[in-house]
Amino acid sequence: MAAVADVQEKAAAKEEEGMSLRIDDHPVLSFKKGKKVSFTFEGQQMEGYEGEPIAAALHAAGVRLLRHSPHKHRPRGFFCAIGRCSSCMMEVDGEVNVMTCITPLKAGMVVNRQEGHGVIKP
Amino acid sequence: MSRKTEILVVGGGPAGLSAAIVAAQLGSKVLLVDDNPHLGGQLIKQTHRFFGSSARDAGIRGFMIAEELLKEAAGLKKNLTILLNTSVVGFYGDTEAGLLSPERYEKVTFERVIVCTGAVENSLNFENNDLPGVYGAGAVQTLMNVHGIRPGNKILMVGSGNIGLIVSYQLMQAGVQVVGLVEAMQTIGGYLVHASKIRRMGVPIYTGHTIVSALGKDGVTGAKLCRLDEKFQMVPNTEFEVKCDCICLAVGLSPLIELFQQADCKMVHVGELGGLVPLHDVNMRTTNPHVYVAGDASGIEEATTAILGGRVAGARATESIHGETAEAGKVVSDAVAELRTLRSGSTGERIRWGREKIEKEIAAC
Repeated sequence: MAAVADVQEKAAAKEEEGMSLRIDDHPVLSFKKGKKVSFTFEGQQMEGYEGEPIAAALHAAGVRLLRHSPHKHRPRGFFCAIGRCSSCMMEVDGEVNVMTCITPLKAGMVVNRQEGHGVIKP
Repeated sequence: MSRKTEILVVGGGPAGLSAAIVAAQLGSKVLLVDDNPHLGGQLIKQTHRFFGSSARDAGIRGFMIAEELLKEAAGLKKNLTILLNTSVVGFYGDTEAGLLSPERYEKVTFERVIVCTGAVENSLNFENNDLPGVYGAGAVQTLMNVHGIRPGNKILMVGSGNIGLIVSYQLMQAGVQVVGLVEAMQTIGGYLVHASKIRRMGVPIYTGHTIVSALGKDGVTGAKLCRLDEKFQMVPNTEFEVKCDCICLAVGLSPLIELFQQADCKMVHVGELGGLVPLHDVNMRTTNPHVYVAGDASGIEEATTAILGGRVAGARATESIHGETAEAGKVVSDAVAELRTLRSGSTGERIRWGREKIEKEIAAC
């Protein structure tokens, strides 16, 4: 219990410093990361770890809005994170409807928010 | 390209892995297919210690159980073939299935199939429930326990079943502040031992409350809650707001049943087991004699019972091909005895009701 209180305190301090959502101190788990890679989101340069889901890398970088819904254009993020609910579909390297919650990040990927059903380019 | 196997197992979570291991140990040729890049299903994100039974997995963390099963499977290469990143997209007749992976589409013929597709998380109806930052409890576990990323800094938990309680504690372990836990019932749904743990950490538990709406424009910035009376009607003038950047929904799961429906298995609705499930007997065989079921797809429960159900299905499917053996019979009788122990007592009451309904239906078949 003391360990948890300790982690909470550290996280609160981090939040005040405006630091990322990455966990680097966990009482039970340690996380193996791929190598750090850059990719592009909406024309902006971003960093993430190779092999983690694209949506996870974006979330860690503070991006939760992944697409707008087809009819009412409502903002959407991921929901299930296991590739079942289709809420996380984005445009990746020109391909639409990519489930970013299960698609591994690779260096140099070009990721864009998807509007509605997306447009398949010829 | 076309494959051939004796037993096709769909899904490599605790149920599917166990079914595949037992069937391969008993001499069946097994093809295990999973659409994820790794086996273990949802076990790999579970950091808490299992209650289990004294014989099985009590006190062991979920992801460690997965590691054990994977080790066991790795020793059975002669009989067990594993395909990852591959979905079973449908059946052709009773003994053929289509397999789709990023590389290819192929068919597999089989004699029996054990479908262990698991479950999908339920959502809940409230205003703005589609805002970015409203996440399922499984998604939250995936993000923080597999990928090491906090879902937010301040989170509101909806649902006080064991998943809601355990994930709340896991969130605190990861350094996330849990601003409250909302439960529509007048009492906490999960085990008291989990609830006490998070109460001691100072998390307010709002029983007899519901979430009215999520607040925010492009993502969650808060939530509006209100009180419910004993008939689950909102009590006027009891609304209040809490600040949070994430809302976690732990409001149950529904079995993933599409493959059973396509295989013409008779389905039955059992509320205690999560909704529509394929009707099955004590051998985990459905009304289509080629199709077996195990795990959450046979009724929402937990990983230990999924493992045991998988062992029964793996043994019985093998016997239905190769004939009865004492070895397979022992696997089944041991598993059935363990299941009875696990489901005994007051905590297993709802599951027992659900199981009784299934037994009545199958007797009438």
